[in-house]
Amino acid sequence: MSQVVEAPIEVREPELDHVPIDDRPWVVIVWNDPINLMSYVTLVLQRLFGYSRTRATRLMLQVHQEGKAVVSSGTREKSELDVSRLHAHGLWATMQQD
Amino acid sequence: MLFHRQIRGDGDRVRLSLNAGEQLLLRDLLDQLEPLLADPDDPALRRLFPPAYSDDESDEQYRSLVRDQLVTGRAKALATMRATLGSDTLDLEQADAWLRALNDLRLVLGTRLEVSEEVDYEDLDVEEPRGRDLAVYGYLAWLQEQLVDALQPASGR
Repeated sequence: MSQVVEAPIEVREPELDHVPIDDRPWVVIVWNDPINLMSYVTLVLQRLFGYSRTRATRLMLQVHQEGKAVVSSGTREKSELDVSRLHAHGLWATMQQD
Repeated sequence: MLFHRQIRGDGDRVRLSLNAGEQLLLRDLLDQLEPLLADPDDPALRRLFPPAYSDDESDEQYRSLVRDQLVTGRAKALATMRATLGSDTLDLEQADAWLRALNDLRLVLGTRLEVSEEVDYEDLDVEEPRGRDLAVYGYLAWLQEQLVDALQPASGR
């Protein structure tokens, strides 16, 4: 048997277990603003997310009356894409973890 | 009073009829906005490029990722609107550019005017610079409402 060079027994693995893996979904929020027209916000929600007019109108009214509404959710990447498309249409959108 | 409709839907296209004065006004507004896009950090454009995240680090990353794309998209929409001001029909792609360009014009003008939810157009004094700008702001909203209406699918679904 060949001689084995003793290796240190303690190998420090990266402390993966201690990095909190936060897999809570992300939500995209549209905020009320005094400039965007209600009809425009409704149309943008229909077009970007394929929502029915009824659903888009309900979300728009929630934005208008409550100041904000969650319009989509999902992974961080998808949410970033959604936010950027909303920003391209001039809506005031942010994202955060639920 | 009967309002002349400048924009109406017509199947898979949009009919447009702007008189010379309207075209001139819109061209003037485009002339003002287009150079501003060269500096997206200009405070006048803050509503065009809102933050995506509440924490600065993530937002910085987001900005570096999408900023150029957003600027290019906006510039393209403004250019399309400019090129078709005198057209009598818009295809759906052009109409979409108009929709975004009109909204950008309103966002920038509205931010500058610090408009609140309801603008009282009854008491406008168009002799005052602010009154004139508010009238323009109202006109843009009227155009945008017509365009949204033209692009809204007919069925209620």
